[in-house]
Amino acid sequence: MRVPVSWLRVLLPGLTASADEIGAALVRVGLEVEQIHRFGDDVRGVVVGRVLDIEELTGNKKPIRYCHVDIGSRVHEVICGATNFSVGDLVAFATPGGLLPGDFHITSRQTYGHTSDGMICSARELGVSDEHDGILVLPPDTPLGGDIVELLALRDEVLDIAVTPDRGYALSMRGMAREVASAFGLPYADPAHLTLPAVGAGHPVRIDDAEGCDRYVARTVTGLDPRAPSPVWLQRRLYLAGMRPISLAVDVTNHVLLELGQPLHAFDLGKLAGPVVVRRAKPGERLTTLDGQDRTLDPDDLVITDDSGPIALAGVMGGASTEVGQDTTSLLIESARFLPVPIARASRRHRLPSEASRRFERGVDPELAPAAAEAAVRLLVELGGAASAGATDVDGHVTAPPLRLPVDLPSRLAGRDYEPAAVRRRLQDVGCVVEGDDVLRVTPPSWRPDLTGPAELVEEVLRLEGYDTIPVRLPTAPAGRGLTDAQRLRRKASRALAACGLLEVVIPPFVSEASLESLGGGMTPPRLVNPLAETEALLRPSLLPGLLAALQRNVGRGLSDVALFEIGVVFPGPGSTATVTPAADGRPSDDDLAALNDALPPQPRHAGLVLAGSRSGRPVDWADAVEAVLALGRALGLPLQTRSVAWGPWHPGRTAEVLLEGGRVGFAGELHPRVIGLLGLPVRTVAAECNLDVLVAAAEVAGAVPAPVVSPYPAASVDVALVVADGVAAADVEAALREGAGRLAEDIRLFDVYTGPQVGEGRRSLAYSLRLRAPDRTLTDVEVLAARDAAVAEAARRHDAVMRA
Amino acid sequence: MPAPNTDLLDPDALERARDTAIAAFAAVGALADLPAARTAHLGDRAPILLARRSLGSLPGPEKAEAGKRVNVVLQAVQAAYDARKDELEADRDVRVLVEEAVDVTVLPGRLPVGARHPLTTIQERIEDVFVAMGWEVAEGPEVEHEWFNFDALNFGRDHPAREMQDTLFVAPEGSGLVLRTHTSPVQIRSLLDRELPVYVVCPGRTYRADAPDATHSPVFSQVEGLVVDEGITMAHLRGALDHFAVAMFGEGMRTRLRPSYFPFTEPSAELDLQCFECRGASAEPGGVPCRVCSSEGWIEWGGCGMVNPAVLRACGVDPERYSGFAFGMGIERTLMFRHGVTDIRDFYEGDQRFTLPFGMEA
Repeated sequence: MRVPVSWLRVLLPGLTASADEIGAALVRVGLEVEQIHRFGDDVRGVVVGRVLDIEELTGNKKPIRYCHVDIGSRVHEVICGATNFSVGDLVAFATPGGLLPGDFHITSRQTYGHTSDGMICSARELGVSDEHDGILVLPPDTPLGGDIVELLALRDEVLDIAVTPDRGYALSMRGMAREVASAFGLPYADPAHLTLPAVGAGHPVRIDDAEGCDRYVARTVTGLDPRAPSPVWLQRRLYLAGMRPISLAVDVTNHVLLELGQPLHAFDLGKLAGPVVVRRAKPGERLTTLDGQDRTLDPDDLVITDDSGPIALAGVMGGASTEVGQDTTSLLIESARFLPVPIARASRRHRLPSEASRRFERGVDPELAPAAAEAAVRLLVELGGAASAGATDVDGHVTAPPLRLPVDLPSRLAGRDYEPAAVRRRLQDVGCVVEGDDVLRVTPPSWRPDLTGPAELVEEVLRLEGYDTIPVRLPTAPAGRGLTDAQRLRRKASRALAACGLLEVVIPPFVSEASLESLGGGMTPPRLVNPLAETEALLRPSLLPGLLAALQRNVGRGLSDVALFEIGVVFPGPGSTATVTPAADGRPSDDDLAALNDALPPQPRHAGLVLAGSRSGRPVDWADAVEAVLALGRALGLPLQTRSVAWGPWHPGRTAEVLLEGGRVGFAGELHPRVIGLLGLPVRTVAAECNLDVLVAAAEVAGAVPAPVVSPYPAASVDVALVVADGVAAADVEAALREGAGRLAEDIRLFDVYTGPQVGEGRRSLAYSLRLRAPDRTLTDVEVLAARDAAVAEAARRHDAVMRA
Repeated sequence: MPAPNTDLLDPDALERARDTAIAAFAAVGALADLPAARTAHLGDRAPILLARRSLGSLPGPEKAEAGKRVNVVLQAVQAAYDARKDELEADRDVRVLVEEAVDVTVLPGRLPVGARHPLTTIQERIEDVFVAMGWEVAEGPEVEHEWFNFDALNFGRDHPAREMQDTLFVAPEGSGLVLRTHTSPVQIRSLLDRELPVYVVCPGRTYRADAPDATHSPVFSQVEGLVVDEGITMAHLRGALDHFAVAMFGEGMRTRLRPSYFPFTEPSAELDLQCFECRGASAEPGGVPCRVCSSEGWIEWGGCGMVNPAVLRACGVDPERYSGFAFGMGIERTLMFRHGVTDIRDFYEGDQRFTLPFGMEA
């Protein structure tokens, strides 16, 4: 809402505060002043001049006039490109040395073979309005030589105020003036308090939809001069408030909308056929709206009709068939109260937000309609020579019963004491009628439909008394349980990955179909209805697409060694439509809550990582990814295992599936060269991803670590070299050795892998060092050899391992 | 064993042996050669040690006399040895260790450096502030049902307030699934799932259909606080906010409330933080202009208010008995204030140069 300070001063004659002071006061009561626009300081040396003569210069691409303009003190010669003025007209003349908006300095110059000693200004050049079709021709009684800034009251400030959705009444000068009056303790005369004259019967009106409309006032005027222009003050007000002047009839309705907050619509009475009816649209009905669009109406749309069918989309936009035109002389002024829900729906359905719909959605004062119509009629009579003809008022609105407010409730909610008298006074300030003592009966004013309960009344008292008067007191919570185990474990996971030398990133979860396909496809993540970019309409089913894109971005920015990790939510499957829509007036049943939750897509938290380039002075390889995942497992106290796997986007020979007690929780290794090629990634890019929720859940139930027995007896070391087939995993051989050696095996370590002629084609030699120790004695040589032989025997049994000669 | 050679006890012989030993130690040039000289002159078979061993064969009075002589000589030789050893060690310390010196700033980089994202670490820091007060950390899903994101928070089905938040909707159209536009649905889940009283803080990722620019991101993070208990007042809200501001920005930081509107709180307020740069001084008469707060002394931090009774009712909480407050603010905004981040997009681009300096903790 743009609020011209000059207009505020008209409504509040006692207002002397500056624009900045007014802005600060409004901020204190909860109206956010986004900006203060200043007008007029940028115009200097522009005076009223009379056009003495006009010489049309020929031979140019466009019409050019050479004129003389008398500004009283002297006569200037000037070149002008506009043609909408005549000899004798009064115009705004910018003298040399003068200034126009946009820091445009006026100088004398030579052009078209003449001296142009100044400039004849258009309304737009003066910053008066957006009108730029020609020169601003001033009324004949304007004093010659007078300062345009003073005469047109160009010096002005406009407060640009963000109005929250509960404060429909603040979308008007009437409402703003009330807030300012209350802030400065000024008397306030409601501009909507108009004496309604006795007027004859008006146009017939019927409301067929009480859900959509509870009041409809129709005033008719006749004898309007269709050529009567809007006066400069009216155009100026609309311009400052951010609207374009169009014609007198439209400008008048817009002026009333801005001043009182009541949207009006003017129909060309001559084009109306039969009674005006407010109803819902019928299936298949159409309407061409004022913007020229032919629209199919929805049976939920509230429409205004006459005998011809729909003539307006109620509260949103008028129709073309009854539009006020250049020869319209009689009007029907609609001043109605349409209810918020149908207007909000229609405006959204037809993507037609308008000044009218904005106000109806937020609630318009039901008592306002007759006064607003009267205000419009008065202006049309005064400015357009019209005569008031008839009035109709169909009024179906009901007043809500008074609200009950315990007089101490504001004190109880604020945590400080308010005198009962202060509570009453503040409620009266906003227009409430207040009765009663301990429990107040409060009737909110008609323009405050947002005051629907005690809490809303409390807010009025607190905000007007000032939030800064509320004390500061720390609440004391009962003893809390601290972080949950899962929360602590997730912190550990993040620290563990960073401790592996990875840098954490946070990536938006929007991914493209193409990026999923290059990873192998087959995923069915949820899709956005209104994505920011059509190319990224899916929610990520995996962290990899985002991490790989980030990897590329880093490489693209000249970083060749990249090591990233992310912990975040992924969306592997779609959601569904809940079977219930519970009301919000009480706790839903457990079944309903379960149904809502069941409709949500699965949203597990994953941990992912990618690496490329070099690391610790050597090229990154698959083991970096696998070791990072195992480190993550160790941080959570989980013994993760790995097993070679060929799957999806991974290199079939250099990828491990990560196992927790036999169940797969993720993958780690090198990406498939095909994927690396498709995505343009650095060669040998490695990655890992695992389901952190599963790991955390397992860690939560893992229980206390059993302490080891630390034997004081000497250890015996023995090495074995085993030859196995290529396909046998070293981890499996190690497990067999461990099993075979039994409880004496304290540590088994692979220290050499050999392939070559000595072991033969398709085989390799794995050399292990076994550290054996007993808890209660020094082992004998016989025991050591027996344990070794048992270990080797088990490896031989499981994997055909042969002791290397 | 040969008979003891008592000639060795001759005073002249002893003196010769002493002088020879002292000269030999003085002649040793390297610490490594010293043990050999020691063996020669102080070892078991060195003349002085042999002389001492022969003392036993002398008669009583002579024995005492000769023993004294031997000891004097032995001490002198030992002292010469010790002195030479000290000299050679000192020499090694100044020369050899210098030769071994390396440039300790040349590192092979065996331990790669990792770091955590500031959004993660500040979130933990925020959690810790509230956990220290006995609050708990609550969580909720990112794809949320509108009932939690809007309905239960007193956003009417057709109320324009729903449009204040450019919602990203999840297919199928009309499913009622949205990417949560704020962390406030966690308030609802907390009130539905927990025993009263409730003291929770809920940090998390949130989404809106905002085109990205320096101050807007379609993905952002919020932290929400919710307290519902008997006798909770707006003074408690101010207390919690001031405490939080001090914890994040240092002693003396204050907050300010300005009336506003949110469907889920009544009364509602915008939350301003005292400008962390000028501490409000720029707004005083004659103050030095402040770039951070445009000399207003305050910067917008979030929104807050007393929990709307309609919200309590939707969660089955009796608003006659319980009252509560809630607040929420952008975590990125908090980080931007604290660390001077100037472009919100930096948080979400995954550039490792951005993460690196933040280390492990906020």
